[in-house]
Amino acid sequence: MTVHDNLDSLLIGGKAYHSRLMVGTGKYKDFAETRAAVDASGAQIITVAIRRTNIGQNPNEPSLLDALPPSQFTLLPNTAGCYSADDAVRTLRLARELLDGHDLVKLEVLGDPKTLYPNVVETIAAAKTLVKDGFKVMVYTSDDPIIAKQLEEIGCVAVMPLASLIGSGMGILNPWNLQIIIENAKVPVVVDAGVGTASDAAIAMELGCDAVLMNTAIAAARDPVLMASAMKKAVEAGRDAWRAGRMPKKLYSASPSSPTGGMIGKA
Amino acid sequence: MESGKFNTHSSVITLTVNGEARQFSQPAPLACLTCAGLIDALGLTGKRVALERNGEIVPRGRHAEEALVDGDKIEIVVAVGGG
Repeated sequence: MTVHDNLDSLLIGGKAYHSRLMVGTGKYKDFAETRAAVDASGAQIITVAIRRTNIGQNPNEPSLLDALPPSQFTLLPNTAGCYSADDAVRTLRLARELLDGHDLVKLEVLGDPKTLYPNVVETIAAAKTLVKDGFKVMVYTSDDPIIAKQLEEIGCVAVMPLASLIGSGMGILNPWNLQIIIENAKVPVVVDAGVGTASDAAIAMELGCDAVLMNTAIAAARDPVLMASAMKKAVEAGRDAWRAGRMPKKLYSASPSSPTGGMIGKA
Repeated sequence: MESGKFNTHSSVITLTVNGEARQFSQPAPLACLTCAGLIDALGLTGKRVALERNGEIVPRGRHAEEALVDGDKIEIVVAVGGG
């Protein structure tokens, strides 16, 4: 039997991707480990942050983009650390200049440094400005279905609700909300943040998410490269399971998998 | 000392670069430091950076001509690892 994986591309911002796992590039011990983990994950879309360069304090500092060239990956610059719409918009305009006009971005506006919970009011304001300014916005948000729909209506190319808080590894806390978001969405839904281990990623995909974005679950594993490989398989397995359509749950079935007839010793 | 329009052209200007006040020499008595000159002075020539002057992005194609003046606030950014 053929597995129809060639028909199952992820379309974001007018571009097709075969990988449904997106990964962050933070918290690795060095760029070699970052690159090895990204390769093991099979991810094509990878997030980067925009920060002040060192101004002579560390002249030979290696560059992330030497390890992960924009020619080989779709870079997704983020607004991590931004707590206002203005800061997020300013950061992404700099990112667009930095990446030669690249317009696919990850918007996240945080509300609280302790929990890193998103500020959806500022997120909506920033999304409006960025969409008007020609950006293709993938937007990190809470798992509120109404806000997710509003962000889609503003023109975001993907909505990315959290599974649980950034860096928490708590997994999917509210699968029911995610299900409502997925049911209502006409743009890809990407679970972003909170995935802790491979089963969390598989569950997200089995719920019908279009992709999963993660960083800490891989980078903070004891063996990040092995975990990256596990996540690749989990996302693929979860996607295939969703496409295959699971059997219905029953408390019991009285329908054994082996034939009931032909038992030995019967009259 | 010349009088008139060149009085304001001091040989050293102070810029705030990434939040840090720093002094830079003008390249020549009557020439102004440009964005490209600043990037060079910081050892960043050839690196992929984006530059903002007083809150406005200066596109890479204009770095060589955009002159800086005393008191300018400059942000220079790069891509780093992040999630």
